[in-house]
Amino acid sequence: MTVEGGEQARSTADQVARRSYGKLVAFLVARTRNVAAAEDALSEAFATALKDWPEKGCPASPEAWLLTVARRKIIDSFRGQRRDEAAMEQLQVLSDGLDAAATAAEIPDQRLALMFACAHPAIDPSIRAPLVLQVVLGLDAKTIASAFLASPAAMSKRLVRAKEKIREAGIPFRIPERDELPGRLGAVLDAIYAAFTEGWTDPGGADVIRRDLTGEALFLARVVTELLPDEPEALGLLALMLHAEARRAARRQAQGEYVPLAQQDPALWNSAMMWEAEALLSRASAMVSIGRYQLEAALQSAHVHRCRTGVRNWAEVVQLYDALYALAGSPVVAINRALAIAELDGAQAGLQAMPQVEGDARLSDYQPYWAARAELLARAGSHEEARHAYEVATGLERDPAVRDFLQRRQAALPD
Amino acid sequence: MQYLLMLYLKESDWPAMTKAQQEQGVAAYGAYTEALTKANVLKGTNRLRPTSDATTIRVADGKPQVLDGPYADSKEQLGGYYMIDVPDLDAAISWAARCPTASHGTVEVRPIWEMYR
Repeated sequence: MTVEGGEQARSTADQVARRSYGKLVAFLVARTRNVAAAEDALSEAFATALKDWPEKGCPASPEAWLLTVARRKIIDSFRGQRRDEAAMEQLQVLSDGLDAAATAAEIPDQRLALMFACAHPAIDPSIRAPLVLQVVLGLDAKTIASAFLASPAAMSKRLVRAKEKIREAGIPFRIPERDELPGRLGAVLDAIYAAFTEGWTDPGGADVIRRDLTGEALFLARVVTELLPDEPEALGLLALMLHAEARRAARRQAQGEYVPLAQQDPALWNSAMMWEAEALLSRASAMVSIGRYQLEAALQSAHVHRCRTGVRNWAEVVQLYDALYALAGSPVVAINRALAIAELDGAQAGLQAMPQVEGDARLSDYQPYWAARAELLARAGSHEEARHAYEVATGLERDPAVRDFLQRRQAALPD
Repeated sequence: MQYLLMLYLKESDWPAMTKAQQEQGVAAYGAYTEALTKANVLKGTNRLRPTSDATTIRVADGKPQVLDGPYADSKEQLGGYYMIDVPDLDAAISWAARCPTASHGTVEVRPIWEMYR
């Protein structure tokens, strides 16, 4: 084995893993209905590749090569477990199916069907995003656990349980029919967005795992829009994430200080990403079926437009928040809506529009609620109350840069 | 795959219904059973007598302990079941949603643990 051969094999394997991991898993799962077995077989196939390729050279079609090896591993392990007649019959069906596909010119892309299985209504909503990340992208439980602030052991256990449920409860691998697609697609999009926001909590990008997660979520959203090009909400989600991603560099100063949107330097924004987002959004709106993600993307677009042109568009922003609130009335939306109302009609009006902590216990430890409240109180001249709200917001924040920002705001309050 | 649809209802609702309502209810279940039969997915079904007729048995220290009443006291009680054979969970869910119970109680869908034949 030469050093170059080893390096080349590794880089080819890395590329295939990055580009095709989900496709290969999806293919194997669709035929075996067993996610864990497909993952094991594929990871063994990758290990074999890293041993074989440096010696024998990289195969012309690395994907087909990996698939053939993985297929053999699955059949071997199946044969090792069961030897009764029913099992032999099943094995024949399985191996025929895998053969037929392995000889096909192109591996069919069933990643979307796999995502629908992972985000099935019978799967606990909180494990859907981790499950998609693991099954479709091959991220390990440790990486996922750290992104979702869970212990690796607990995360790994929950992932195993979810895969078992897929297999034992007979959750199908297919794209739902037209009439049930909107609801089911919503769950897939929510899982992707959950992965994105977990990555987004580290906007400085100091934490490699978290930063990567936003990239992975964008990749998944692209897969969905490629395979379902006529779903406006999928386009809306991709547009929303591109808008957020485009401003990443502007969200921090050189020393890592947090910079709020209004003070960001538009020159630091990624215009190409923003243009792509705008194009996606106009494609989506041509389909005339409004939804949460399109509205959120439209809001991002409106904020960007205002910052670029200096033209105040708060009336339009409030309208968008009204529509979003009617559609998905969460406290998060209510808070942002109140901030927009404050820009339009003054801080007092904004405070009145804020949701009440007495009415919703979730707000008492929700940082953005306290930060928004502090901001509005400060502007309304209620400095004592503002000081207290800043203190609670600071205490609830886990990002040190945002903590510093809040403390600076608090210190700037007049006595 | 085979699934057991377990129908959980507030059994106290039944005697409180008028005769006409009861007849209508029975007819709705009859129609549902007929639809399952026509679709060739029905493996078995039964309605259960109320939990006041239930007896619970467990053996402790080699001695059977027999108790009057159901295993667990809950707001809704198991009132019957359908055993169906369909391709996957989605199909089972769509049948469960059509079951009259789903509109006034809860249907639990459980895959059958297939034993080696």
